[in-house]
Amino acid sequence: MNTQNAPLLSVRDLKTYFLMDEGVVKAVDGVSFDVHAGQIFGIVGESGCGKSVTVKSVLRIVEAPGKIVHGQILLRRSRQDGTGGEEELDLARLDAHGQEIRSIRGAQIALIPQEPMASFSPLHTIGNQIIETIMLHQSIGKKAARNLACDMLKDVGVPMPERRLDEYSWQLSGGLRQRAIIAMALSCNPRLLIADEPTTAVDVTTQAQVLRLLRQLQQERNSAIIFITHDLGVIAQMASFVMVMYLGLVMEQGPVDEIFHAPKHPYTQALLRSIPSVSSQPRVSLPTISGSIPHPFNKPLGCPFHPRCVKRIPGRCDARTPALQAVGEKQRVSCFLYHDVEVSE
Amino acid sequence: MADEIHDATAPSSETSSRDEDRVSVASNWKLVWWRFRKNRLAVASTIVLLMFYAVVLVPDFFSNQDPEATEAALAFIPVQRISFFDKTGFNPSVPDVVGKRNPITLKMEWVHDETLRIPITLFVRGYKYEVLYLFETDIHLIDAKDPKSKGRPHFLGTDRLGRDQWSRMMFGTRTSMTVGLVAVALSTILGVFLGGISGYFGGWIDMVIQRVIELLQSLPTIPIWLMMTAALPQDWHPERVFLAITIILAFIGWTTLAREIRGRFLSLREEDFILAAELAGCSHLRIILRHMVPASTSHIIAASTLAIPVMIISETSLSFLGLGIRPPAISWGVLLQEAQNIQTVALAPWLMAPGLVVIIAVLAFNLAGDGLRDAADPYGH
Amino acid sequence: MTSANNTPLLEVRNLRKYFPIQKGFLKKTIGNVRAVDDVSFFVEEGETLGLVGESGCGKTTTSRCVVRAIAPSSGQMLFRTGEGQMVDLAALDRAALRPLRPQMQMIFQDPYASLNPRMNLFEIVGEPLLVNGLVNRKQRTDQVAELLQLVGMRPEYMQRFPHAFSGGQRQRIGIARALSVHPRLVVADEPVSALDVSVQAQILNLLLDLQKRLNLTYIFVAHNLGVVKHICDRVAVMYVGKLVEMAKTGELFHQPRHPYTAALMAAVPVADPRVQSGNVELKGEVPSPANPPSGCYFHPRCAYAAEVCRTQPPDFREINPGHFVACHRAEEIELPGISLK
Repeated sequence: MNTQNAPLLSVRDLKTYFLMDEGVVKAVDGVSFDVHAGQIFGIVGESGCGKSVTVKSVLRIVEAPGKIVHGQILLRRSRQDGTGGEEELDLARLDAHGQEIRSIRGAQIALIPQEPMASFSPLHTIGNQIIETIMLHQSIGKKAARNLACDMLKDVGVPMPERRLDEYSWQLSGGLRQRAIIAMALSCNPRLLIADEPTTAVDVTTQAQVLRLLRQLQQERNSAIIFITHDLGVIAQMASFVMVMYLGLVMEQGPVDEIFHAPKHPYTQALLRSIPSVSSQPRVSLPTISGSIPHPFNKPLGCPFHPRCVKRIPGRCDARTPALQAVGEKQRVSCFLYHDVEVSE
Repeated sequence: MADEIHDATAPSSETSSRDEDRVSVASNWKLVWWRFRKNRLAVASTIVLLMFYAVVLVPDFFSNQDPEATEAALAFIPVQRISFFDKTGFNPSVPDVVGKRNPITLKMEWVHDETLRIPITLFVRGYKYEVLYLFETDIHLIDAKDPKSKGRPHFLGTDRLGRDQWSRMMFGTRTSMTVGLVAVALSTILGVFLGGISGYFGGWIDMVIQRVIELLQSLPTIPIWLMMTAALPQDWHPERVFLAITIILAFIGWTTLAREIRGRFLSLREEDFILAAELAGCSHLRIILRHMVPASTSHIIAASTLAIPVMIISETSLSFLGLGIRPPAISWGVLLQEAQNIQTVALAPWLMAPGLVVIIAVLAFNLAGDGLRDAADPYGH
Repeated sequence: MTSANNTPLLEVRNLRKYFPIQKGFLKKTIGNVRAVDDVSFFVEEGETLGLVGESGCGKTTTSRCVVRAIAPSSGQMLFRTGEGQMVDLAALDRAALRPLRPQMQMIFQDPYASLNPRMNLFEIVGEPLLVNGLVNRKQRTDQVAELLQLVGMRPEYMQRFPHAFSGGQRQRIGIARALSVHPRLVVADEPVSALDVSVQAQILNLLLDLQKRLNLTYIFVAHNLGVVKHICDRVAVMYVGKLVEMAKTGELFHQPRHPYTAALMAAVPVADPRVQSGNVELKGEVPSPANPPSGCYFHPRCAYAAEVCRTQPPDFREINPGHFVACHRAEEIELPGISLK
C-alpha cells in the first residue's frame, strides 16, 4: 500500500447543512480528513452521524435542501492545461451541475452505492450502462468500449461476461449485481473509489466475496477507497485508516490498529465494548451506551456525545465543543479528556 | 435492570421539550392537520368550499328573490354592477334598468339608468323562509335597502323567462353540491365495503368483485345514463328524480374507490402491525375496523374529495343534456341549459355564469383533495 | 434449563412450506418454491434457539409457521400448552388456534412497521389484553403501566404515539406488547437488525433479562452471527429450506461439523485488525429454493463434496449428543471454527 506525502483528497472543515422549514440540520458540522493514494480509508458511525452526507458532498450530489456552507474539498490531480505537474482543485467551489465536476465523477472519483438494485436502471442492460459510463469519459468507440466493459466484468469475477453485458440488472443475483456495480465504478480507472455501505444489504458470504474483490482490485490498481460502514468488523478487515463520526463531527481518527486496540474517545471505546462478537463469551450482559442518538434537530450543546458519555466533565463538555487534535503520532481525537482546544466559532 | 431511557429527542431547553410533548401526544389526525395547514392553496380552497356549503345550508339567506318567479317583461336583463361610492360617500347601489323595445328587431333592450339607483345593503328583510326546517326568518344577505322599491337588483341578470339568476344560482348550488356529496357518500360506503373485503380476504371473493368492477368500468357511461334516466317515470316529483339520479351516479362511481381501497388493504395486510394484531387474537372484523380502515381513512377522504367534482360534473352534464335533474328543479346543469344555443351565448353571456361556478367548485375540491392527500401521505407510501 | 417433564416446549417434525408457482390464465401450478423443506427441531422450555442462515434459507418462513401466522403445507408442530397438553399447532383450524395464541407471540424486525402509527402506546400494548378478555379499562391501564416499566419505558408515555420514539424504544414497545399476554414461547424475528449498533446491546440485554425473569423460551431468527452467539443457547443453521446443523452455541461456533457452517463462520469479519477473517471465499451463489440442486443442496459449492453428495440428500442425524448434522462426510472432515478470544 503506497502512501505519498501529499494526500489525494483533503477535506478541510467541511460543513453541510440542510435548511428545512422546521430548522437547520447540521448533517456535517466541521469534518476534516485526508485520504492518500492507494489507501483504504474507513468511515464508521451510526445513523445520523453524517458519513453518507460527507461523501455525497465530495461528489457534490447532496440533495436539496442540503448545501455545503463551509470548508474545502481539495482533490489533487495533474494540471489540465498540459504544463505537467499537479494542482489542487477545490470541489466545494465548483458548480454542482457543471462540466468540471461531471468530468471528475466517474473518471477520477467513482461511487459504489449501497443499494445495487437502485443504482442500475431496470430499463437498460448493464452493458448499456457500463458502456455509457466509459464513453462519457474516454474518447473511444462503441466497440472498444464494449470490449473494455467485458474485461471489467471479467476482472470482477462475473462468469460469462459477454452474455451478462446484455442482461438486465434484475436478472442477476445480489452478489453478481454488486460485482457489476463495482465493474461500472472501476471502468474508468478512478483514483478514488467511494464505497457507501456496499455490503450492508448482502449476505455474509456474499459480503466476504465482495470485500475480497475490493481488496484485490485496490491492490492491482492502487486506487484509494473511502469505505463507509456501520459494521466495525468490516472496517477492521478492510481499512488501514479509520475515522469515527457521531452527529456530524469527527470523534476520532487514526490507524486501524490504534483505533481498535488503543481507542481514545469514550464513544469509540463504548462502541467497541458493546458489540456482540463471535469470539466473545456468550450470554453475558453487554456493556451498553445509555440513551439513544438524539434527533438531528436537537443536537446537544458542546460535545455531541456528552449526554451519553460516562467520562464527561460537567461544565466543560456540555458547554464547549472539542476540536480534533493530535494525540500521538497519527491519531487525532475530539475530546477534552486529552486536550483543551475548542472548535472556533 | 431498566436502562436509563432518554427520549429520542434530548430536550435542550424548556420550549423544545414542551413542543416535543405536543408532538408526541399528537394523534395522526393532528399531524395531518398541521401538515395540511402549511399548504396555503389547499386551505384557501377549503374556505371556498365552506362558503359553498354555507349556501347549501341556507340558500334562501343568500338569494333575494323567488327563484321561480317568472316575468316575461323582465327577460334578459344584463348584470347590474355594484358601485360602492357616489357623491355622498360609501353608498353601494346598483343602477336600475329601463327597458325599451327596439322598434326594428322588436327585442327588449335594457339600459342601465345611472340616475335611478337602487341602494343595496347587507342583512335586509325580504321574503320569509325556513332555515333547515327549524325556524323561520326573513333576513337575506344582500338586497335593496327598500324592500318595496319597484326596481329589483339583479346581480347576475335574468334569463329568458325573467327569473333572477343570482337567486337561481343559490338554489342550483344547493342541488348540485348536495348531489355530489350524497352520491360520493353512497359510493364511498359501497366502495370501501366491497374493495375492503376484496383486498382483505382475497381468493375467490376478490376475483368475483374485481370482475364486477371491470364489467362496470367497461360499460360506456352516457348510454347507461340515457337508459337509466329514460327509465325514470316522467311524472315523478323532482325530488324523487334527484334521489334516483344520485343513486344511479353512485352505482357507477364506486368502482374507482373500491380499487384504491383494495390496493391499500392488500398492502396493509403485509404490514407487521397487522400480523401482530392477528397473533394477539383479533378477529377479522376488529382488524378491518380498528386497524385497516383507520389506516386508510386519509386515502378514503382524499379519494372521495377528488370524486365529488367528478359527480358534480356528471350531474351537470346529465342535466345539461336534459337527462338528469329536470326543470322546475334547479341545478347548475339546468341553469346551463338556458345557455345551450349560440344566440343566447351571444346576446346574454351572463347566463353562462354557472359554468364559471362549476369550474371554481371543481378546482376547489381538487386542490383541497390534493392537499389532504399530500398531508396524509407525504411520502406516498 | 430443561422442561418440567422432559418433553420439549416445542417439537417441530418434518415441517414443509411450499409456495406454488402459478403460470398462465388458469393459474396452473408448474412448480413450488420450497421455502421450508422437511425441517425438524425442538426447543426446550426456558432456552433460546437461534435460527440462522442467509437470504432465502427459510428461517423467516419457519418462524412464521411456528406461530401460525401462515399455515404449513405439511408436518407437525407439537406444542406443550400451559395445561401440560401436547397439541399439534399445524393441525388446528383458526377457531381452535385462537385460545392458544396468547402462549406464542412474536417480536418483529422493523420497529417502524410493527406498531400501528395511529394508536398510542396504551392502545398498542393494551390491545392483546383487551382482545383476550380484560375489558376493564382501569385494570388494563395498570397492566400496561407495569409492562412499560418492565421493558424500561416510563409509564407516563402511555398517551404518546409511536412517531415520538426512536427505533430502540419502539422495539421495547413491541416487546411489551408481545409480553402482555404472558406467552411461553416468543419468536424474535431479527429484532435488532434494524437498530443502531449502540442500541442493539441494550435490547439484547433486555431480552436476556426478561428471559430470566419470566422463564421465556425464545426462537431467535438472525443473520448476524455475533448477535446469535451472544444470546442463544443452541443454534440451528438453515440452507435453502433445510437444516444443515444444530448444536449448542459454543460447539457450533468452535467445532462446526458442516462445511456450510464453517464457511459462514469463516466469512464473518471480526472487529480486530490483527485477526484475519472474512477472507475465505465460498464460490458460487445461493441456489433458488424453486430449483434446488440434486442430492445435498450444498454440494455445488462444497469443498468436500463427494459423489454421494451429488445423488443422495443427507439425513439430519445426531453425530454427537445434542449435535445434529446433515452431511454424508461429517465424520471424516476436519473443519476450522472460530477461536475463542
